[in-house]
Amino acid sequence: MKLQLNGAPLHSDATTLAALLEAEGFGGAKVATAVNGSFVPATLRATHPLNSGDSIEVLAPMQGG
Amino acid sequence: MRSFYGETLANGLMLGTARYPSPKVLSDAFARSGAAVATVSLRRESGRDRAGQDFWELIRALNVHVLPNTAGCHSVKEAVTTAHMAREVFGTRWIKLEVIGEEDTLQPDVFGLVEAARILTEDGFQVFPYTTEDLVVADKLLRAGCEVLMPWGAPIGSGMGLNNVFGLRAMRAHFPDVPLVIDAGIGLPSHAAQAMELGFDAVLLNTAVAKAGDPAAMAEAFATAIRAGQLAADADPMPPRDMAAPSTPLIGKAFLE
Repeated sequence: MKLQLNGAPLHSDATTLAALLEAEGFGGAKVATAVNGSFVPATLRATHPLNSGDSIEVLAPMQGG
Repeated sequence: MRSFYGETLANGLMLGTARYPSPKVLSDAFARSGAAVATVSLRRESGRDRAGQDFWELIRALNVHVLPNTAGCHSVKEAVTTAHMAREVFGTRWIKLEVIGEEDTLQPDVFGLVEAARILTEDGFQVFPYTTEDLVVADKLLRAGCEVLMPWGAPIGSGMGLNNVFGLRAMRAHFPDVPLVIDAGIGLPSHAAQAMELGFDAVLLNTAVAKAGDPAAMAEAFATAIRAGQLAADADPMPPRDMAAPSTPLIGKAFLE
């Protein structure tokens, strides 16, 4: 199905947020996630279903002032 | 020094982590200054290079308090969502709350700021709001649950120092028990010293150190200035006066006309 991952189009067969993260190289990474603008806690990623057209944000620590 | 949500800091320097020439220089700036707090942010991660993971290890090694920000957020929803994501990643209830309202000055949208502060406080966050020196806004932030206020000195990254000394002095006098941090606009150590002399509890800065020719040396200069300003404030500075007052006693002066 078609997804958006950090603003870029993506085709994926992942049916959950956790599966998508694993498939896209985020396994074990210190990241926070949001789907369609809403925060999804790490504890809910395995049960959070993905649907075609979903927009996923994966954020990590970065320099800031 | 007043505490920040129960945390007493070793000094009044809160240092940003952006715009350094290299990770090594960033670490050196923290080591040399002894900054008590590091501000950090969240940005999109790539599953390929995972740059954020290395940065996180670097920050952990600094062994300082971590203050995540909501930089770049322009709406309440965006700021609140970012705060939730930051709390999970950084494992802290502290959040430097920025809701930007104007592009040229990066002035906070104080209406959105108060609303976001209330939402986050009710959700257990300990909010450090980036605000102006407006006393009415400050009062509303306190009523929303904030226990710290962070008025700007000048627009972010401008290096102009304290643009409204009168307003900042009034804020200090109006809220004598509230921890106050000057956030943004600091360009020189003398600006930071001035803030501390006014009775502020800490200074948050980034660009003035990161973009200096020698960031580590500049970080130390800021730490020294903040220490001097704090000592001066604690020592109860003399009030200024308009006319001269001789410092050398006139009693006993010889008559030599």
